[in-house]
Amino acid sequence: MNGFIILIRCLKKLILTLNNLIHNLMATTKQLQELTTQVRRDIIRMVHKVSSGHPGGSLGCAEYLVTLYQDVMDRKDGFDMDGLGEDIFFLSNGHISPVFYSVLARSGYFPVEELSTFRLLNSRLQGHPTTHEGLPGIRMASGSLGQGLSVAIGAAQAKKINGCGHTVFALMGDGELQEGQNWEAIMYAAANNVDNLIAAVDLNGQQIDGSTDTVLSLGSVKAKFEAFGWDVIEVEKGNDIESIKTGLKDAKAKAGNKKPIVILLKTVMGNGIDFMMHTHKWHGKAPNDEQLAEGLRQNPETLGDY
Amino acid sequence: MKTYENTGSKDTRSGFGAGLTELGQTNENVVALCADLIGSLKMDDFKANHPERFFQAGIAEANMIGMAAGLTIGGKIPFTGTFANFSTGRVYDQIRQSVAYSGKNVKICASHAGLTLGEDGATHQILEDIGLMKMLPGMTVINTCDYNQTKAATIAIADYNGPVYLRFGRPKVPNFTPADQKFEIGKALNLTEGGDVTIVATGHLVWEALEAAKTLNEQGISAEVIDIHTIKPLDAKAIINSVAKTKCIVTAEEHNHLGGLGESVARVLAQHSPTPQEFVATNDTFGESGTPAQLMEKYGLNANAIVNACLKVLKRK
Repeated sequence: MNGFIILIRCLKKLILTLNNLIHNLMATTKQLQELTTQVRRDIIRMVHKVSSGHPGGSLGCAEYLVTLYQDVMDRKDGFDMDGLGEDIFFLSNGHISPVFYSVLARSGYFPVEELSTFRLLNSRLQGHPTTHEGLPGIRMASGSLGQGLSVAIGAAQAKKINGCGHTVFALMGDGELQEGQNWEAIMYAAANNVDNLIAAVDLNGQQIDGSTDTVLSLGSVKAKFEAFGWDVIEVEKGNDIESIKTGLKDAKAKAGNKKPIVILLKTVMGNGIDFMMHTHKWHGKAPNDEQLAEGLRQNPETLGDY
Repeated sequence: MKTYENTGSKDTRSGFGAGLTELGQTNENVVALCADLIGSLKMDDFKANHPERFFQAGIAEANMIGMAAGLTIGGKIPFTGTFANFSTGRVYDQIRQSVAYSGKNVKICASHAGLTLGEDGATHQILEDIGLMKMLPGMTVINTCDYNQTKAATIAIADYNGPVYLRFGRPKVPNFTPADQKFEIGKALNLTEGGDVTIVATGHLVWEALEAAKTLNEQGISAEVIDIHTIKPLDAKAIINSVAKTKCIVTAEEHNHLGGLGESVARVLAQHSPTPQEFVATNDTFGESGTPAQLMEKYGLNANAIVNACLKVLKRK
């Protein structure tokens, strides 16, 4: 009996591996776009159910995270904390947990059905991501802003000591750059040639109280990163999968050249749902029943709802 | 009464440095980070011997704590080093989210704790750090009493998987625990047996407690001195067993009475065995410049103060 179970498990694993292989080989822009549409549905359904969460930034980063996980990162099957022998990702702006959870689930880290537990009592899908509940795919808690880049730098250094040639990716929000710890990290990474790190800043220009320009202007993020000694790649169309692919390809080509790399990703907050776009008002607000219906109408089901 | 010999005063921070040097040779996963205080933390040897495992963070403690959390992802065991003030209060949220809540195997090693940092004054003399760290779920809090114990603790925490706050200091203090001791996290050490009063001390005040016990002994009072090097998890059993005999207790620490060892002991006793207690600790105050000995005298943290607290608590039995 045990032998039979093991055989079934092995077959399942083989099928999963073949699926991933086929998927990776054939991750066309059309497929990534379809997945993005499904992720958008996941995001608004998740926040609608519990009347809380952050749809705006989540929708804005959907294309980036889908492309990163499905087309760019070299990932192992399964999940272990150390992430040796694979690319790993850190989300610093943890409030966009809906998009992170959806992309993780749809990349095979946990069952998509579990997305329905978002923000509920006893769920592994806490309001902000955490390792505390053991959700596969998460390597650090985030939510209190400004801490992710430092952690990513530490993980990148561990990869170097371990002789692991893979890359560490990190995503930050633009408002988050107002936190001083980021600038400690940005200074450190350049001074210490942390060149196995590809950070990205979600430049949507919005934060809770309004635009970043009105709350606390960031000035030129590009000039600041360059002045600190980083290689800067600008992706003007941060919600266009082809542009994201090109930006990430450029970033990977620059890795290993003694400089940390940042992608400045110009996105639209609330992208893909017309009444949520171009405003900070959907940063941390859930849609009501009618708004959910309209958002879903604009994004027809592709891979199947959870 | 059992007595202890000072085998030569040494600073506890040098015990940390010696422990780290040994770990460098014995555990290849140990890495060290420092925020521009390599000499003060005695991390020079580790840096010289293992430059590939040493990270100079600069005067940027928040980033240092974050990097330490990241280094655990990949199996490293990071030891961060800076003064106690900059190891805790300055980076509380980084420790809370990236280390404690994330369950990362980071060892936060803090020198120059308490008043005995001396002349630099109150900006550098943190008296709140034990409280800050012990309130974090999952954080182990250790405050060692001499060079040998600090060295042994440094080595021991590398074998323990989880976040640890290790607190030590700057001045030279008597070195009296065995050089070959095995350090057990969470295990109190009964240094003297006594039936009249229990003295529970941590850090530099353990030696002062032994001095106090000698004085009390001369007055015909028998004191049981317990060295609590691990404030969290607290060895409640050792404390409860001792007060079952003595029926009164004095706690002694170089820390604010709010949030320190004394409060942890009081909570245990209030729940299990309500007992008269006196607190040798600072009284909700900042420190000031002065020599360590002057400060210990002025703020009531020496053997004399412990003797007086014992005489007071004995009357409350």
